[in-house]
Amino acid sequence: MSQPYLAEGLPQPVPAPDGLDAPFWAGLAEEKILIQHCHSCQGWQWGPEWICHHCRSDNLGFEEVSGEGRIYSYERVWHPVHPALKDQGPYLIVLVSLPQAGDVRLVGNLLGDPEQTVEIGAPVRAVFEHHPQADPPFTLLQWQLTA
Amino acid sequence: MKTLRGSVAVAGVGETAYYKRGDAPDAEAKLALTAILAACEDAGISPRDVDGFASFSNDRNDPSRLSAALGCRELRFSSMQWGGGGGGGSAAVANAAAAIAGGLAECVVVFRALAQGQFGRFGQGPRRNTIAGEFAHTIPYGLMSPAQMFAMKVVRFMHDHGVHQEALRAISLAAYHHAQNNPRAVMYGRPLDEATYDASRWIVEPFHLYDCCLENDGAAAMVLVSAERAAEFPHKPCYLLGAVAGSHHRAGAPVHNTPEYASSSFPTLAPRLYEMAGIGPQDVDVLQSYENFTGGVLMSIVEHGFCAPDACNEFFVKERFLAPGGDLPLNTSGGNLAECYMHGLGLVIEAVRQIRGDSSNPVPDAAVSMIISGPMVTPVSCCVFGSEATL
Ligand SMILES: [Zn+2]
Repeated sequence: MSQPYLAEGLPQPVPAPDGLDAPFWAGLAEEKILIQHCHSCQGWQWGPEWICHHCRSDNLGFEEVSGEGRIYSYERVWHPVHPALKDQGPYLIVLVSLPQAGDVRLVGNLLGDPEQTVEIGAPVRAVFEHHPQADPPFTLLQWQLTA
Repeated sequence: MKTLRGSVAVAGVGETAYYKRGDAPDAEAKLALTAILAACEDAGISPRDVDGFASFSNDRNDPSRLSAALGCRELRFSSMQWGGGGGGGSAAVANAAAAIAGGLAECVVVFRALAQGQFGRFGQGPRRNTIAGEFAHTIPYGLMSPAQMFAMKVVRFMHDHGVHQEALRAISLAAYHHAQNNPRAVMYGRPLDEATYDASRWIVEPFHLYDCCLENDGAAAMVLVSAERAAEFPHKPCYLLGAVAGSHHRAGAPVHNTPEYASSSFPTLAPRLYEMAGIGPQDVDVLQSYENFTGGVLMSIVEHGFCAPDACNEFFVKERFLAPGGDLPLNTSGGNLAECYMHGLGLVIEAVRQIRGDSSNPVPDAAVSMIISGPMVTPVSCCVFGSEATL
């Protein structure tokens, strides 16, 4: 995609210093969604943790899942709290659940008209928003309604 | 069952004048001392006798320094409840009460002081170039303020149960109504009506401007002692009937992954509070329910059993929430929306005043007075005070 959804100037994501979520951010750069998965019990979890909350194993990895999700909840923001967004106007944040990954949830923006009616439960698909000029470069995971 | 019921009493309460954010004439530490002195004076005790302090939400005023500044004889208890927002308001009372009941201290001050002009605001986004950790998964998408962190919980709850905007509006109107009788209230003399609410701007749907708490400067404090001493003090005795803190299963799961998401975080706590206090929702005469945002109050009232989730549109009408005559007088000082945002300690003080009969909106013969602190964060907390007749 060409234009980022939100105006430039918000803090940009970098991997956690302890490395916990580094595979996720590296995956987005390659247009892959990598979610934490337990090799011991096959459970999913998000955000990442050092042990599996289902079985307490530390035998965890990151597994690629498809970019198909559903809108679990959403909000339309009108009042900007960061100067970078002062001319943004309303924007949509969605909480998307991933049925292929135990319904873990991710936060992103819903692309398209910010004043559109949003349906909880609507199917959405992932869109990778690359910021190659940033230092360091990063990729955000956005969502659009499945046609 | 082990219990705090009836073991601890409130000897006195006090606060500074409440100011608009940034307008306090005094430093935050002086505000804290002023409120503590006011509570001691209300109790008729010497500050020398205070031997413990309990606070929450990372209050910046260190008990060792407070104790030294107040000239306390000794320090025996200092407690900080983990967690942000107002979730620790009743927990600080619980911690202080547990210390007294367990013999760790005899006279414990619960306090909270805020001077945002001095230390920066809550409702602002971060001012740095990069973000790591859990917030890296939310802030780059424009999700950063408290209103933005909680709106999606409320949207989901309202969707699941068909709740209309008017239910949230009733909470806001009741708070502003009560503030008109409370000269301490920042919104005293500034009433709110339906049309003004409806015309007010959105902050983030479903929160209008008037669904969001104020941001203020000031301080509040209360003095707790063992129940056996309750008769020594000038005011009508007010006893703690129960206090609990915590949250439901994996409420702290990162990046909005709490399994029971559309929640105020009280599903497990409310039954524990009622069990300890030996009451049910039908026994509550007056309720103070922390408003960070009205949607949190709505879910709190449901999770404490006052209203079925699918009956909110009928239940949440302004008249029900007004003192003195409503069935469930709510936020009778004006609360965080219209009295002052002191991270909810003002709500705890108002609950005590209802038992004593010196609220600005008194509920006649109030015997059971409940507080719900800090919905939607984790940990949250809640407590109940009662008159002598409830023991
Ligand atoms: Zn496992």
